[in-house]
Amino acid sequence: MKRKDTSDILFRRVLVIFPCLILLIMGGIFLKLTVSSLLSIKKFGMVFLFTRTWDPVFENFGALPFIYGTLVSSLIALLIAIPIGVGTAIYLAEYAAQGVCKIVSSLVDLLAAIPSVIYGLWGIFVLVPLMRSQVQPFLGKYLGFLPFFHGPNYGVGMLSAGVILSIMIVPFIISVSREVILAVPSVYKEAAYAVGATRWEAVSTVILNYGKPGIMGGIILALGRAIGETMAVTMIIGNNVTISASLFSPGYTLASVIANEFAEAASNIYLSALIEIGLVLFLVSIMVNILARLLIWSVSAKQSTGMKAYS
Amino acid sequence: MISDALKQPMIWDEHIVKECIFASFKKTRLQRFLIDQFAIYFLSLCALAVLCFLFNILFHLISQGCSSINWDFMTHLPKPVGETGGGMANAIVGTLILLGLAVTIGVPVGLATGIYLSEYANDRFAQIIRFTIDVMNGIPSIVFGIFAYTVFVLPFKSFSAFSGGMALGIMMIPMITRTTEGFVRMVPSALREAGLALGAPKWKVILDIVIPSSLGGIVTGIMVSLARVAGETAPLLFTAFGNKFWHSSLMEPIAALPLQIFAYAISPFADWHRQAWAGALILIGLIFMINLVAAYFVSRQNKLFSPKK
Repeated sequence: MKRKDTSDILFRRVLVIFPCLILLIMGGIFLKLTVSSLLSIKKFGMVFLFTRTWDPVFENFGALPFIYGTLVSSLIALLIAIPIGVGTAIYLAEYAAQGVCKIVSSLVDLLAAIPSVIYGLWGIFVLVPLMRSQVQPFLGKYLGFLPFFHGPNYGVGMLSAGVILSIMIVPFIISVSREVILAVPSVYKEAAYAVGATRWEAVSTVILNYGKPGIMGGIILALGRAIGETMAVTMIIGNNVTISASLFSPGYTLASVIANEFAEAASNIYLSALIEIGLVLFLVSIMVNILARLLIWSVSAKQSTGMKAYS
Repeated sequence: MISDALKQPMIWDEHIVKECIFASFKKTRLQRFLIDQFAIYFLSLCALAVLCFLFNILFHLISQGCSSINWDFMTHLPKPVGETGGGMANAIVGTLILLGLAVTIGVPVGLATGIYLSEYANDRFAQIIRFTIDVMNGIPSIVFGIFAYTVFVLPFKSFSAFSGGMALGIMMIPMITRTTEGFVRMVPSALREAGLALGAPKWKVILDIVIPSSLGGIVTGIMVSLARVAGETAPLLFTAFGNKFWHSSLMEPIAALPLQIFAYAISPFADWHRQAWAGALILIGLIFMINLVAAYFVSRQNKLFSPKK
């Protein structure tokens, strides 16, 4: 009896090493990034986040253009992806026949499985020419009075990056929203139908209200993806350190400046500044993820109390 | 059914019901009908748009890739700048080696953590681990690249296959852990109790009963995470770095398909563009194949414990 107990305890002790290892890795990432960017943190301080010079020759660094580029490209992506993603999810969960839903869902999974470098390749050779010859001239002609659709038309730039990002995050929005919508207890929908609602009225009042926090969680998760997305954006955003109101102009993002310049950063302070950008990315993505998890948890907690009341 | 719904405590605001009823008063029947019809068209159009994107990408991949793939591409090294021809043989092998390294790092940690979470821990520590893993899953891949660079490239003063494999391996951990935990949890507790009743210690029950009966699910988790990191480029940029030749040891820079696709896609040469498409087709083929294996195992696993009809 006694021997068995010790072997069990030993097994558990060995097993518990691995979760601790994960904590160690996460702590290690934070520590390593902080220590490696200490040089830049000391030299530039908080101003690093708010200055727009990026000058490797004179070793003056500020991350504002990258933060701007990341925010703007992610926002464009969300603007395009939210209606399409949530719309598709509602269609799949509420309207489509079961067979159609199954096939389309697996196709959407396929879209999520395509690696970002292939999106970038497609972006360079298909999307950018299309933007240059069709979409951007069209926008410039009819919406050119707005500052966003102004200026020379290269094809590469913020708008193209936003479009490709939106295609990449749509699968996430669809799968999370679909789960949330499917989890809405059907009694609520039936209640809406009982008071004479049409299908759309039932969907828009009951489902969207009930699932709002969950869908928001999915959208924030997708935002996290868009912020950290590197390759596809690097390949088509134009990689130019500017802040311009025009969405046609080339830009730069936090992730893509690391991807482009890290391997050729010659001096210590240059490398340190790039690692500090990595640290910013790390912290932002952690915050975004925590927010999203809290939202999704709040929904599942609500649902479980709802189910309890029902049973 | 409905009286049940009305009886239970309102967990969504009452104003939604009112809004619903009043909205229908404000509009005529025709308006409501038209809005309903419009919604159907709009929503199906959304789904159609998503499919259009997918088919467009796949169409270009297949048409451009198939026309440029050939035997040379699979068996030759890249040619120097300016010469046409050559292939990505070293990159294909390099990707497989990197994936192998990633598996050796990611699988033990992910598996053990998943089993620990489902079999032993239901306390605060487990919650912290689960939360950490969820957060880790959302960290941009390039951050893992920087981490591997500071830990493994800087001290050894050389880009290496090992550092690339390490970055990919760390990225695999969260996904393997979550799927393992999920599938191990699904093993009916009657099976465990049967083992315990025969006098087997818990570790033996885990190793001999729980793991074998959830093996399909565990393999699925490994495969899915493998498919995801197979296409990762960002963490390899300054760890594996890429190599025009065969690598001679794991402590040297190594070529990888995604890196090669990236380098060729942004180059100014038409022949390299052609090869980038061919490489992309091979990469996506590899990823889909891994996903197919995963789908096979998951369907087998799901049959195992589904309620018998």
